Amino acid sequence: MENTLRDIAYARSGDKGDHANIGVIAYTQEGYDFLKIFLTSDVVKNYFSYLGVKKTIRYELPNLLAFNFVLENVLNGGASESLRIDSQGKGLGQLLLNMKLR
Amino acid sequence: MLKIGNASGFWGDRPSAAAELIAQQPDIDYLTLDYLSELTMSILAVQQEKNPDLGYAHDFINTLRSLAPFWKNGLKFKIITNAGGLNPMGCAQACLEVLKDMKLKIGVVIGDNVLDQIKAPHELVTANAYLGAAPIVEALNNQADIVITGRVTDPSLTLAPCISRFGWKWDEYHKLAGGTIAGHLIECGTQVTGGISTNWEKILDPANIGYPFVEIGEHGNFVITKPSQTSGVVNFETVKEQLLYEIGDPDNFLGPDVNVSFLSLQLEEEGKNRIKLTGARGKPPSGQLKVSATYRNGYRTEGTLFIYGPRALAKAQRVGEVVIERVRKQGYSLQNIHIDCLGNDQECMLRIAARDTDKKSLECLSKELAPLVTSGPQGVSGYTYGRPQIRPVFAYWPCYIDKTKVNPKVEILN
Repeated sequence: MENTLRDIAYARSGDKGDHANIGVIAYTQEGYDFLKIFLTSDVVKNYFSYLGVKKTIRYELPNLLAFNFVLENVLNGGASESLRIDSQGKGLGQLLLNMKLR
Repeated sequence: MLKIGNASGFWGDRPSAAAELIAQQPDIDYLTLDYLSELTMSILAVQQEKNPDLGYAHDFINTLRSLAPFWKNGLKFKIITNAGGLNPMGCAQACLEVLKDMKLKIGVVIGDNVLDQIKAPHELVTANAYLGAAPIVEALNNQADIVITGRVTDPSLTLAPCISRFGWKWDEYHKLAGGTIAGHLIECGTQVTGGISTNWEKILDPANIGYPFVEIGEHGNFVITKPSQTSGVVNFETVKEQLLYEIGDPDNFLGPDVNVSFLSLQLEEEGKNRIKLTGARGKPPSGQLKVSATYRNGYRTEGTLFIYGPRALAKAQRVGEVVIERVRKQGYSLQNIHIDCLGNDQECMLRIAARDTDKKSLECLSKELAPLVTSGPQGVSGYTYGRPQIRPVFAYWPCYIDKTKVNPKVEILN
């Protein structure tokens, strides 16, 4: 079975208006170093392109072995306007952790 | 050292949590209760439209009632809550009714409503500035036992008692940063004690997840933990996940009192379910306050049907199309439609959601779901909740206002 992001990191996602953020935290320093190269903002943006994300920004938190991804306009209008079931991006972290590490 | 707990992460959280937390941890000094999400204010606006006495999170009144026996038994904890919503004074009056035989002071923070001052391209329903800790500090310094606010930033509920008790100055930014991060961590209740954690399944007895509290020192360092007799977990994973929850740039976590950096934070496991946080760094805040504003933007509805039998997914999709076709034949366009077919090829949930500026088109849709029970494929079921409700849509329109234009005021009620 191919390794997924879930094997080396954990995550949490939520909303800010029409934007969402996903915190991704590596279990180990080795995992963080790998993700720093592998999990770029473009990779995350392409992964969620089907949700209409317009821009993705990655912030690094090396002291927590973590990254914060801000996904702009990914929520189809956000909590009040979106007709999707997950209008608040609560599930985005779980979806991202399914990503294959090739 | 101060103990500050949280027993409500949003309006809809467990009403019994506050009394449970105080019973489990009677030495808590301040209990914070958060009720306001980005859109709660518009829900409150609708309620207040129907009854001007409403417009606040009325769940809080029953929660307060459940806490009265603890004060009568001699506990001295104070409550800080944003349950006031659009009508903090109305909320305070309702609280006075509950507490009429007790000698408790209520501090009411008003002045976050800036609807008259915001110019917008839409007709706004609500516009509330996110106030900081200062008015809450003023209420506490005036011996308020219960502080009721409208819109304030969530961490302010925790930062304010630190400032009041430790006498932090408004330019001691690192200390303010520590108090802000403590508030950020506990503001969503059980989200930091194991709730929604990636490894939630490892939690033993998740029905009894405890609510969090911090033990914060005069320099702004703190330990985050939970009552020892509760379930759940406070570890690196739960704390890191919640630190990153709903933030933007971690080097600039913007607030009305301090601009916080997370990049020098250090976490240390001090004991079982005890994580110590040090190294919070703060910078001066900007001269502006964020404003949470909403405006009406049409209506929405959503309904579900369940389809059983072979090719359930395909049949569910077809059923959804039939419903939409019938609505359109009656002359309604349905500006936005979203169809989900969730399940497998033996059983499938069909969800139809729609938005429109014309309420009538959604009323039509609402009436066209049930007929598929008799005119759709065999095995359509699950229609027992009646016709779906039509709800107004409130669009969220965040903006900023100069701090100097916002004048929070504190009133003390006995």
